[in-house]
Amino acid sequence: MWSYAFKRAGTTAVTLLAASIIIFAFIHIVPGDPIYVLLGDTATPDQIDALRHQLGLDQPIILQYLTWAGHVLEGDLGRSIFFQAPVLSVIADGAETSILLATMTMIWVAVIGVPIGMIAAVRHGTWLDQGLSGGAMLMASIPTFWVGLYLILIFAAWLGWFPSSGYPSIFEGGVVNLRYLVLPSLALAAPNAALILRLTRASMLDVSREDYVRTARAKGIRPWQVVRRHIWRNALLAVVSAFGFTFAALLSEAVVTETVFALPGIGRLVVQSILRRDYPVIQGVILVIVVVYLLINLIVDLSYRLLDPRVELQ
Amino acid sequence: MSSNSVILWLKPFIARPIALAGLGVLLATVLAAIFAPWLSPYDPYAIDPLIRLTPPNVTHWFGTDQFGRDTLSRTIHSARMALLIGSGVVVFALATGVPAGVLSALFPRLGHLLMRMVDVLMAFPTLLLALGLIVILSPSVATVILAIGIGYMTTTTRIVYGLTLRLRAETYVEASRSMGAGAAWLISRHILPNLVSPLLVQASFVFAFAQLGAASLDFLGLGAPPDIPSWGNMLAESRTFVTRAPWLLFFPGMMIVATAFSLNLVGDALRDRLDPRFRQVFGEKG
Repeated sequence: MWSYAFKRAGTTAVTLLAASIIIFAFIHIVPGDPIYVLLGDTATPDQIDALRHQLGLDQPIILQYLTWAGHVLEGDLGRSIFFQAPVLSVIADGAETSILLATMTMIWVAVIGVPIGMIAAVRHGTWLDQGLSGGAMLMASIPTFWVGLYLILIFAAWLGWFPSSGYPSIFEGGVVNLRYLVLPSLALAAPNAALILRLTRASMLDVSREDYVRTARAKGIRPWQVVRRHIWRNALLAVVSAFGFTFAALLSEAVVTETVFALPGIGRLVVQSILRRDYPVIQGVILVIVVVYLLINLIVDLSYRLLDPRVELQ
Repeated sequence: MSSNSVILWLKPFIARPIALAGLGVLLATVLAAIFAPWLSPYDPYAIDPLIRLTPPNVTHWFGTDQFGRDTLSRTIHSARMALLIGSGVVVFALATGVPAGVLSALFPRLGHLLMRMVDVLMAFPTLLLALGLIVILSPSVATVILAIGIGYMTTTTRIVYGLTLRLRAETYVEASRSMGAGAAWLISRHILPNLVSPLLVQASFVFAFAQLGAASLDFLGLGAPPDIPSWGNMLAESRTFVTRAPWLLFFPGMMIVATAFSLNLVGDALRDRLDPRFRQVFGEKG
């Protein structure tokens, strides 16, 4: 187990290192002098000289990268041009919304996707299974922003059950503010619940072809007991690991949903920063999301291995 | 293509009426794109403030938008952008992914390097990668194709790599190699012909995802130039009029769903026809 964990952590570290080079290069590839990119159009010559010296832009590119990486490791992701504040604190301001949105979405995904996927697998091959699987494919083919706009139209504009946009922090207005996240999380959950549904179904069908399931059936165990004890327990593993990947992917998928519902999260921050040409913020968000993405993948892989020792390092 | 192989290709669709319907929707979309100027009842750009935000009626079947432009004509013309971006993304993903995947499988040393690079790119979520590229490149249709395509380049490379590794281990390929066949011969005679079916499956799914991705970028205002009619742009523009003119939301959205769903159905039907060993590479066993 330990050698596996070290190897897997090593691969993640190497991938992260390579990804960080790409992210570092981002500021240098965007059109224009990186100094103007970093300071914006309103910079004075003094500021330009000061920053050029501070960043060591006259030094070799490898040294520049090492300096940047050193700052990043200390938690310094640069300054936002628009907010005139450290990038890390700008991102931290959006973190509450994004994390709560992703968590709420995952709850919908679990409540909707897993049970229906199980039903489809148990009723494999029947019209019910075909209907549910086909419905899942349809859900995966609908743009989340379209679902979001319809949810706003029906549940906010017509029925008035939920607010249509914004999100005031629960730390200021209490837990009732979570109602602001109901519609966005439902919109974001739709395609992801569809994917989890299909995965749950496929995983259960996979396990149900195993020899031990046939043995259990041959012994005369009741069908639902076979499903509960033999199939479900083993199929759960693949589903749980997919949950980790989905959660990680949600942080960036939420870009569109947060824009539709005007939520102050990390996703909307990216889009607004692109429109404002606030490059340090874009760079910072990409870095944070990639790190979270890789770390969650690492944790999922390691826990998978811990739960199922048969898994080999590929 | 002989009539025999045409029947072979149609077989999964005849067995599954809904997949056949999907094929029909796609055919209709292609025809709409080609004959858009003749099919549209009005000029998609013609502005008429007197009839702005008219609900669907006899003269304007899909109603009109905030400038009084005919929604039906704009919906039909948008099929062009949908097909252009979809096929552009598919061509880009295949043109880069197939050579990279095949060569990686045949030359392990190169493969090790390339697959590591794929791993690194895959650490970037698809939409994030697209947004990053859009910042770097100037906004245009080509940028949108590249931005969406790069995310599917990596998945295509992985799939082709996996398939080629399996093919390389086949007895007839090994036999051919032991008789002195070079890489070019192996690729052209044994590998590429066997990749056609799985790649068709991959192409349908990539096309479907490209539809959704392009719509999202349009909606964020970072996709196709706003003056070009596209379903995503139509939805983005109508956003502020949602409560007054819900029909503006309905028709373009339905077209996105119809094309993406049809492509998924077709991909699914083609996948079930695949060799079971190949099917695993697509991660579905059910």
